[in-house]
Amino acid sequence: MDRAAIVGVGTVKIEKRKVRETFADMAWQAVNGALEDAGMTIDDIDNVVTTSSDFWDGRTISCMAVGDASGAAHKNVSCVEGDGTYGAFYGMARCLSGSYKTTLVTGHSKGSESVSSLITNCAFDPIYERMLGMDMITACAMQANAYLHRTKTTREQTAMVSVKNHGNALKNPHAQLPMDITVKDVLDSEMIADPLRKLDCSPVSDGCAAVVIAHESVAKKFRKKPVWIRGVSLCADSFFFGDRDLSRARSLTEAAKKAFAMAGIKDPRTEIDVAEIHDAFTYQELMWLEEMGLADESSAGRHLEKGEYNIDGRLPVNPSGGLLSGHPVIAAGLYSMAAVVRQIRGEAGGFQVKKARTGLVHGVNGLGGQSHCVWLLGDR
Amino acid sequence: MADSNHIIIESGDAVQPFTYSIGMHGSKFFTEIRDNRRFMGIRCPKCKKVYIPPRGVCGDCFVEMNDWVEVGPGGVIGTFTILRFAFIDPETGHQKPVPYGYGFIRLDGADTLFQHYISVEDEKKIRIGARVEPVFSMNPKGSIRDIEFFRVID
Amino acid sequence: MGKRVAIVGTGQTFHKSHRPDVNGQELINEAVVRALQDADLKMKDIDAVVIGNMDHFEGINYVDCWSVDGSGGTMKPIIKLTTGGTTGCTVAIGGYHLVASGMFDKVLIIGWEKNSESDTTGAITTAFDPIWDRLVFAGAISGLAAEAQAYMARYGATDRDGARVSVRDRRHAMNNPHAQLRKEVALEEVLASPMLADPIHLLDVCPRTDGACAVIMASGELAEKIAPKPDWIWATAARHSYTYLGDADYGRLTSMREGAQEIWKKTGIKEPRKELDVIELYQPYSFGGLIWIEDMGIVGPGEAPQYIWDGNTDMGGELPINPSGGVISCNPIGATGLIRCAEAAMQVMGKAEGRQVPDVNFAFSTGFGGCWWTDMILHGRKKPK
Repeated sequence: MDRAAIVGVGTVKIEKRKVRETFADMAWQAVNGALEDAGMTIDDIDNVVTTSSDFWDGRTISCMAVGDASGAAHKNVSCVEGDGTYGAFYGMARCLSGSYKTTLVTGHSKGSESVSSLITNCAFDPIYERMLGMDMITACAMQANAYLHRTKTTREQTAMVSVKNHGNALKNPHAQLPMDITVKDVLDSEMIADPLRKLDCSPVSDGCAAVVIAHESVAKKFRKKPVWIRGVSLCADSFFFGDRDLSRARSLTEAAKKAFAMAGIKDPRTEIDVAEIHDAFTYQELMWLEEMGLADESSAGRHLEKGEYNIDGRLPVNPSGGLLSGHPVIAAGLYSMAAVVRQIRGEAGGFQVKKARTGLVHGVNGLGGQSHCVWLLGDR
Repeated sequence: MADSNHIIIESGDAVQPFTYSIGMHGSKFFTEIRDNRRFMGIRCPKCKKVYIPPRGVCGDCFVEMNDWVEVGPGGVIGTFTILRFAFIDPETGHQKPVPYGYGFIRLDGADTLFQHYISVEDEKKIRIGARVEPVFSMNPKGSIRDIEFFRVID
Repeated sequence: MGKRVAIVGTGQTFHKSHRPDVNGQELINEAVVRALQDADLKMKDIDAVVIGNMDHFEGINYVDCWSVDGSGGTMKPIIKLTTGGTTGCTVAIGGYHLVASGMFDKVLIIGWEKNSESDTTGAITTAFDPIWDRLVFAGAISGLAAEAQAYMARYGATDRDGARVSVRDRRHAMNNPHAQLRKEVALEEVLASPMLADPIHLLDVCPRTDGACAVIMASGELAEKIAPKPDWIWATAARHSYTYLGDADYGRLTSMREGAQEIWKKTGIKEPRKELDVIELYQPYSFGGLIWIEDMGIVGPGEAPQYIWDGNTDMGGELPINPSGGVISCNPIGATGLIRCAEAAMQVMGKAEGRQVPDVNFAFSTGFGGCWWTDMILHGRKKPK
């Protein structure tokens, strides 16, 4: 199989509400950021994949809003619905299929324009579940309880994820919620759905990100040193919560295993230098770390307490501030990807991790992490 | 629609309300329509095409546009149809009374077409190329319905 | 470089206006099971799933995740592509790239829709920009009517020319047990049917349908092992131009012209009219059957009416179009483009039974969206070099 690399990334500042910009305006900024980063013009791009959600955008064919602003007018184009990591996955496949050399991938959403709980309620089965009024937060609260119960992870430990990630965001100019907070602040914040308090939850956000993926035959032609895609895999678990062990994420375990194998990584705990992990809620960072095999069962909370996941720790996790510090759904995975690309290039500025040569990017689709997408990026 | 063996579950009144951002181009357009009854288009600096609705980017040239130009208010019918079958209007949930005219207007000075209703007072006058003018709402609110419809003036 | 890719199995539901006997997952599963049977494969053989529909027709967010019980996607990679009316063709193109990339050997592709579960026109209307287009849009038919008016004005075509296309497709549907509407109509019946939006009569347009389609693609030599006569994917193209409805050139389908020209160039096809053997055109209304084959390059601008009146696109003609009965006979929107792909594949594989066109070497299938987008696939009997 051929290889592909990420040669350009562009992100707009994540904000609570972008009144001034339409989807197209955000896309224009992110796309030009990525092209500029790669030292490309739009003519160097031979196909486009946009990523969006009809539900989050409040319109059918949501991709229609951003095609022209993404330079897709006379190019082959397609649209993925789901997290940005899935859009990037398809973008990479199109580079490896022999059809194209350079895919521009964008992802956008504006959480500010809708009522999030009504949007995520629609992810539940309309026949059996939806009328019970569940949404993403209540679903994840149940998962949090199941995970905390099984692993004996404490609420102080999950609160520390919030403290760490909001603190990291202080160094990231594109983050929405940089905050210097304490464990007590988290534990005293408003209870949303037991055990999740306000500071356990990611905010509602607007944002757009773009990445350029190139086939190996052209990857070195552009301005920046390519960041190579070493491994990638995705996997979906059962849909109904009753069919799953909610305290587990077997689909993540499977996706991570395959991604590590593809990347030739034998000991992920020592070979990965930085990770951007889907932390829509605090417990998820710890749970996903364990389920990916980056920590022993029930141990991530203790590693966190020791500072191992800090920017200067053994395995820095979410040095960008993560989704807790800004969560434009759909675009989220591309923000994580852009953050890891910048780490590997040594361009992460204030949140730069030392000797970041191999990085992990993680994206999620569906309720309570039903489907996971895991990427291993590296400098070679 | 249900038969005796199969239960149908209705979603009821569940809706997902949105607060859409119009953005800077839309805001200028609707402010001008509401306050001055003027149509504002935007010109591509490269291909010189004048777009309506105004937007930030010329898709063909992939360049940013900042050159505002007034277009219309008159124009010609680019193409049209007359609706004879009542569809549910998704904004109201009610059937819109028929017949009514619908079409794409080429406003004077614009290169793209502007979608709107066309008055069907005299159906025979409605043809491609016919000159039209807008009829504005007496209670403008800053939306596309500040224009009630276009009517043929030939 | 990329691997060669072929379709090795297809499956469809028996499409109907309303399927209260199944929920969405079960509807999907009917098509999946038939595709697996057709390829003589088991779900465990499938490496990845691509699925698509239009969210607001069923009101389900994250359909890829919700549908796994029907799609078989549990503990597999599953990805959702959605591009409106073009979706069915878009997912097929997606499956092609996933296999060609070398990441997966066998990919299951699914398109589905239960149009009976919502107000289709209302949902289609939400496809358009909420600020500029939606409040004054009048459903998909009005946009199509505007296109037909422009074409008629430009080339002097008549509503009889459109009706002739509808007569053809409805006659062809008699040969397809999966089609929803199987009733022959006479030209005068089309013209006498209620006027929906000038010049479109009721019998000029597609119905609303519940249905699903599944297609299995496999790589190179594996495909040759699975299917005695696999359907090779020769080329794909997609054009999704325009931000707003008024940007389009009414009376011409620019996306079809650009995409088709790209495919003929990539594959060295010089005279598509002579070299293609059958077309499955995503044609939700009759006039599209005139306009779009001109943009495809089958005949010149304004020449389609005569070409069709001469019987060239009927079964037994020079270039049969829509042997399946096409979209006018059946339109489960998210599945529709994939049905075109599956029907084209069946023609190449010699599995089209009562609607088989003899000796198909090249088949062409398309997807269309009311925002004037077109996706397309060239299928061939020979393995591309």
